[in-house]
Amino acid sequence: MPRPGFVLEVDRSTPSILFWRGENFSLEKLPAGRSRVIYPPEPLEALSDIDGAIRNALLNPIDQDPLATQMFPGMKLTIAFDDVSLPLPKMRRPDVRQRVIEAVLDTAAQAGVDDVHIIAALGLHRRMHEYEMRHALGDRVYDAFHGRGMLYQHDAEDHDNLSVIGTTDHGEVLEINKRAADSDLVVYVNINSVAMDGGWKSITTGLASYRCLSFHHNPETLENTKSLMGHRHQSALHTSVWRLGQVLKDHGPKIFQIETTLNTDMFPSPFEFINKREWEWTAKDRATFLGTTKSLNRTPIKLARKIFHGIEGPHQMTSVQAGETEAVHKITLEHVHRQQLMEVQGQTDILTLGIPFVSPYNPDGVMNPVLVMCMGLGYLFNMYRNKPLVREGGVVIMTHPCYRDFNPVHHPSYIDFFEQVLSDTTNPAEMSRKWEKQYAEDEWYRHLYRTGNAYHGVHPFYAWYWGAHGLKHAGKVIIVGGDPPTVRRLGFTPASTMDDAFEIASDVVGRSPTITHLHVPALLIADVQ
Amino acid sequence: MSRLVFSRKPARFALARVAGAIMPGAGASVGPLAIESDELLPLPTPDWVRLRPRLAGICGSDLALIDGTASAYFDPLVSYPFTPGHEVVADVLNADGSAGRRVALVPVLSCITRGIDPLCTACAAGQINLCERVAFGHLQPGLQSGFCSDTGGGWSHEMIAHPSQLVDLPADLSDEAAVLIEPTACAAHAAARYTGDETVILGAGTLGLLTLAAITARNGNRRGPIVVTARYAEQKRLAKELGADVVCTSDELPRWVRSSTKSLMIGDQLTCGARHVIDCVGSTESMKQALQVVAPGGEVQLVGMPSNVSLELTSLWHREVAIRGCYAYSHADFHTAIDIIRHHDLARLLSATYALSDYTDAIAHAASAGRRGAVKIAFDMRGN
Repeated sequence: MPRPGFVLEVDRSTPSILFWRGENFSLEKLPAGRSRVIYPPEPLEALSDIDGAIRNALLNPIDQDPLATQMFPGMKLTIAFDDVSLPLPKMRRPDVRQRVIEAVLDTAAQAGVDDVHIIAALGLHRRMHEYEMRHALGDRVYDAFHGRGMLYQHDAEDHDNLSVIGTTDHGEVLEINKRAADSDLVVYVNINSVAMDGGWKSITTGLASYRCLSFHHNPETLENTKSLMGHRHQSALHTSVWRLGQVLKDHGPKIFQIETTLNTDMFPSPFEFINKREWEWTAKDRATFLGTTKSLNRTPIKLARKIFHGIEGPHQMTSVQAGETEAVHKITLEHVHRQQLMEVQGQTDILTLGIPFVSPYNPDGVMNPVLVMCMGLGYLFNMYRNKPLVREGGVVIMTHPCYRDFNPVHHPSYIDFFEQVLSDTTNPAEMSRKWEKQYAEDEWYRHLYRTGNAYHGVHPFYAWYWGAHGLKHAGKVIIVGGDPPTVRRLGFTPASTMDDAFEIASDVVGRSPTITHLHVPALLIADVQ
Repeated sequence: MSRLVFSRKPARFALARVAGAIMPGAGASVGPLAIESDELLPLPTPDWVRLRPRLAGICGSDLALIDGTASAYFDPLVSYPFTPGHEVVADVLNADGSAGRRVALVPVLSCITRGIDPLCTACAAGQINLCERVAFGHLQPGLQSGFCSDTGGGWSHEMIAHPSQLVDLPADLSDEAAVLIEPTACAAHAAARYTGDETVILGAGTLGLLTLAAITARNGNRRGPIVVTARYAEQKRLAKELGADVVCTSDELPRWVRSSTKSLMIGDQLTCGARHVIDCVGSTESMKQALQVVAPGGEVQLVGMPSNVSLELTSLWHREVAIRGCYAYSHADFHTAIDIIRHHDLARLLSATYALSDYTDAIAHAASAGRRGAVKIAFDMRGN
C-alpha cells in the first residue's frame, strides 16, 4: 500500500535533503525548527491489465456510445495524441499512447474505417523526431501510417489546413486543424501527467493555431491564473479554454476523449534514491548517490545530458477513461488527485525548488535558462491548490547551474529571446507588447517550426508567461549555483550556496523565515490550507 | 624637452613583436621606441611653422607599429627615425618662441605639404587622403606627420607643420575635446557613406564609438537600426548613449542582424543582412563577421586598419558584396568633427593622459583601454 504524501518538519536529526541541480544533485542542510520538506505521495499501484482497461474504456465510455458503434465505413476518423513533452522522463515502451492508439485502430479496422489520420497535437511545440514518434506510437503504427502520409504533426502555421470553428462570447476565435475539424469523429489520446492537462485543453491548444492560442497564452491571462493545477475557477487560462471547448462542443466535430493517468514511479535503478525520503536511504542508496554525483561532476555536460535523457521511467497507467470530454476529464482529475494531491498547512516565507535536467519543453534537449525560469516559476511554483506554497512577497530559491546554453535546433528563438528580449525587459506584459509580434511573424522561426524541429518563434514568450504569476507573486527569486550573468539576465539573484541564498533572502523575509522544500521529482499538488 | 622616437632597429622590432603578442602594448618597453631629447627640425620651406603639442592621442595604428604588427605595406611610406603622434592639438609657435594660435593638426602629408606642383588629381579635388604623391616631393616618405622623419610628431614638445595642415580651434573647445578631432574626422569621413539603412558597426573602441557618434550626430534619416558590437561594459554603455539601437557582443551579432533584417539562414550565412557594415576592428575575425552579416549587394567599409587577413571570399562573389577602404579625411571633415564633438560632448572619451616620460604606462593603458574601461589615452605636454 503506497504511503500518502508527507510533510517533514526539519529538526536537528534530519539528514541533508536532496536537491536537483540540472544534470546533477546536491544535498542541502535546511535550518532546523523552521523548515519543512514536502514529500509527494508514493506511486500508486498500476492497473493490472492495462490493455484490458483500455478496451473496457472504449467499450464502456462515459456519456457516449461505445467507440465501435460510432464508427462506420467511409467515415473520416482523426486520432490526435499528446506529444512527447510528457510524461517525463519518457516512459518505458510500450508507451501508453501506443497501447491506446493500437486499440482504437483495431476498433476502426473492425468497423471498416479506412480514412484514418493520426495527428500529433503539438500546438506550438517542436515537431518530434522520428525516433520520438516511434517511441510514442510504436513501430507498427508508425510504419503503417507515416509512409502513407496519414501520420503527421500538427502545424499551427499551415493556414491552408486550419479551420475556424467559431467564436466565444469573449471574442476568442477557435481555429483548429482542418482535418480534425472536417472529421466525423476525432479521438483524442491524452496522458494526464498534471492536473492542468486534458479536458478541452487537449484539442483547443494541441490542434490550435497561433492566433487561437494567443487568446489565452498571454501575460494577462497567465498572471490571473491563480492556480494552474487547482480549481478551474482560479485559472483564467482554463476558463478561457473551457469557453473554447464549449464552441468546439457546439460547432465542431464529434470528440471521443480518451484520458489516461500515470503513477509517479519516475526513475528506474540506479536512480531510485531520487524517489526516496532521505532518512530511509540505505547504505546502497548513499553509495549510489555519492558515486553518481562524483561521476557526474567529472562527466562532460553533453554526456551527462545524454545519460539523463536516456532514462526511461517505469511509470505505469493508473486509470483510463473515455467518452464525453468534460465527464471524462472530471474522473481523470479524481485519479490525478488520488496520486498527487496532499494537504499542506499554511504558506511559507521561502520556497526551495531543485530544478531538474528536463522540463516539458526540452525533451532530449538542453534545459536553457528560460526553461529554468519556466520550470521553477511556471511549473513547480504552481504545484498547489487554493493558494501558493510561498506567501505573496516571499522568496523562491531554485538550484540549477543555469548555464547559458541552448539547443539551436530545438530552441532557436529562445536564444534570441534571451539575448534580445531579456536584455530589454523581464516583464511579461512589456515583452508581449514590444516583442511578441516580431517573433510570431519571423519567417525564419516559422520555417524552422514548420520544417525542422524547432519550437514556434513565440514559444519562449509562452514559457516566460507560464511563470508570470510566480514572477509577480514572489518578492525575490534566487538561483543557487547558477551562472551569475545568466541568472541576472533572467532578473534573478545568483547565490553560490544555499546558505548564501538564505542570507540574501533575509533582506526580504527577515532572519528567521519559514522554509518549505518541494521534494522533486515526484509530482504533487499541495492543497494549501 | 623631450620626444619619443621610433627608430629602424630590426632586432628590437622583432623583440617588440614577441612582447606585443604576449601582452598588447608591451612592445613599448622592449622595442625601438625610446625617449630622447628634442632637437630642432629644419623647416622645409619658410612658410612651415613650429608647433608645441599640448595633447597628442595614441591611435590603434601607433599601437600596431609599437607592437610590430603593422603591415609591411607601410615600410616605403614611413621614414625613420620618426616621432609618432598624429592626433595633435598644439600651439603654433611665434618667431620669438611664444605660443600663438591653438590648432588641431591635419596630419596627412599631401601634395601641398610636399611642395608638389601641380597637385595630383586627388589633392586638386580636395581628397588629400587619396594623394597620389604621398612619398615624394621635398619631404621624406611618410603618409602623415607622426610617421615622417622630417616633420616630427605629436609625442614631443616640438614638431613642424605646413600651414595647410592647421585648423584653428574655437576658444571654447577644450584641449581634451580637440585631441579627439583627428579620429573624429576619420569617423566623419566613414559616416559620409551612411545611407540610413540598417547598419552594423563592428567594434566599440575609439573608432567604433566615434563613427557611431558621427552617424547619429548628423543623420536624421535613420530607416534601419544601428547595431554595434562591443566587448566591454563601458563600451556598451557609451554605444547606447551615443545612439546605437542595439549593442551586443560579436557572438550575438548574427542573431540580432538576422532578426532585425527578417533574414533566413543558410548554414551560418544570413540570406539578408545589413546594407552597410562598418568594420572598426580590421581583424580576420571581424572581416569574416562583416561578410557574414552584410546584405547581398551591400558594402563592408574598413575603417579599422587591417593587416594580413585570411578570408573566404566566395560569399563576397556570390552576393556581390563590396569591400571598401576608408582612410583618413579631407579638411572639411575636421570642421564636421568639431560639430560632432560638440553635439555629443565627446571630450569625455578622453579617459587618461600621461607625461611623455611615462610612455610605457601610457601605451600599456591604450593597448588595454577597453578592458580597463577607457577609450582614448593621450600624452599631455602642457606641464612642461
